[in-house]
Amino acid sequence: MPEFLFYSMAAGLIAAVVAAPLGTLVVWQRLAYFGDTLAHSALLGTALGLLLSINPWWMVFATALTVGALLALLQNRPQLSADSLLGIISHGSLALGLIAISLTHLRVDLNSYLFGDLLAVTRSDLMLMAGLGALIIALLIRYWDPLLALTVHAELAAVEGLPVRRLRLLQLILLALLVAVAMKVVGVLLITALLIIPANIARPWARTPEQMAVLAAVAGAVAVIAGLALSLWLDTPSGASVVLCAALTFAISLTVRKLTA
Amino acid sequence: MSESLLQLDRVSVKIEQRTIIENVSLQLRHGEIITVIGPNGAGKSTLLRVALGLLIPTSGAVIKSDNTRIGYMPQRLNLDASLPLSTERFLRLGGSNKIKISAALAEVDMQGSEQRPLQMLSGGELQRVLLARALLRDPDLLVLDEPVQGVDLGGQTAMYELIGAVRQRHHCGVLMVSHDLQWVMAQTDHVLCLNQHICCEGHPQHVGNDPAYRELFGANVSHIAPYQHHHNHQHGLHGEVCSEHTHDA
Repeated sequence: MPEFLFYSMAAGLIAAVVAAPLGTLVVWQRLAYFGDTLAHSALLGTALGLLLSINPWWMVFATALTVGALLALLQNRPQLSADSLLGIISHGSLALGLIAISLTHLRVDLNSYLFGDLLAVTRSDLMLMAGLGALIIALLIRYWDPLLALTVHAELAAVEGLPVRRLRLLQLILLALLVAVAMKVVGVLLITALLIIPANIARPWARTPEQMAVLAAVAGAVAVIAGLALSLWLDTPSGASVVLCAALTFAISLTVRKLTA
Repeated sequence: MSESLLQLDRVSVKIEQRTIIENVSLQLRHGEIITVIGPNGAGKSTLLRVALGLLIPTSGAVIKSDNTRIGYMPQRLNLDASLPLSTERFLRLGGSNKIKISAALAEVDMQGSEQRPLQMLSGGELQRVLLARALLRDPDLLVLDEPVQGVDLGGQTAMYELIGAVRQRHHCGVLMVSHDLQWVMAQTDHVLCLNQHICCEGHPQHVGNDPAYRELFGANVSHIAPYQHHHNHQHGLHGEVCSEHTHDA
């Protein structure tokens, strides 16, 4: 296997395996649009990183975190539905990101930010992704039960003594970290796909929350391998190929389940 | 017995200039059941949230001992169908073990339901499982938000009997919300009729005859009588009669 291919494959697998369990939480809590909003802010983070000459990874993480905090602050306004708020912030930050990128006057490949460029992953990218990925997985395992209790009923969890606000903050940090990890793989526009499609592939086959998280990771890994193969074979964009393979796997999973049920 | 478990002293809650509840006081002792009734939007759920410590009142005081163990039964679970969760796993989220869980399920007449998916339970069964989760906290204070919501009539009776039995067995105080007096159980010691402020309060029978209560719930309350425990057969989970009439001795 050529070296660049090894890096691409490893990076894709890390992103998929890390996104899957986090994605199950996102699906159970119906936070898909929320995840999308965080992901869209990543473009702004990248631009800020380029403009300020700070490592874009950290600026992406910081921007996602800021957007998440902004959402939390603006929530619960009766005249502004959560849906609209997310839409405004999501597209507002995306537009701001596009403009900021153009202001850098750097010859950047916008496509690779929007849709990912798996084949351009470098060794140092990979090291950082592996480190952040391991951190996300470790935190998820450590706080899985409290996060699950929060998912099922936040007030009940609070009465039973769980620090609900801190758990919500943890969830936000995990999602912001994931955006940083997955950006290079599928780009800001397709990160949500990596969160929600594997979880939904896994759903019909899982009988426990943990099974669903693990199966989603497997499904995500399959999509990455198939997508990368497709990308090499037909010379298609890598991020889109991975997402398309995930969507096809979802269709197959659903059909097989219907036929065997 | 006489020691106060929970005391609310002139509690008011205002959210963005809007008064939700005003000047509400109550005192709950061990082994006592207080039921809060009132129309929609009367502030019943807000009152419970204050009692649970989930909401800090705008004014007034909530007095309860720090080591009071609270069992809370929420009104409903808004569970996404995409979450595969067995009854046992749900109960384990409250921080408990297998043996205690089987015992709690048996106590609410749901023995053997450990492996059933939560989303497959009927309304009445789900309420029982929620009660089991509250009981697993080994509570001094049981807070129940509309415990018979989504339960058919016969099941409602069974549920209220279960709550009465739980109160006896655990000697805990019970604070619960109900829709109206018609379904307030016979065991209730004290009824609070709430419409932002306390309109009237007292023993269920007394409240039923109070003009303030009649005004609040409209004219159609002539046949109002709190549920009296007079039937001569037993109801099962779904309200079906599960024993032949056995006349009281």
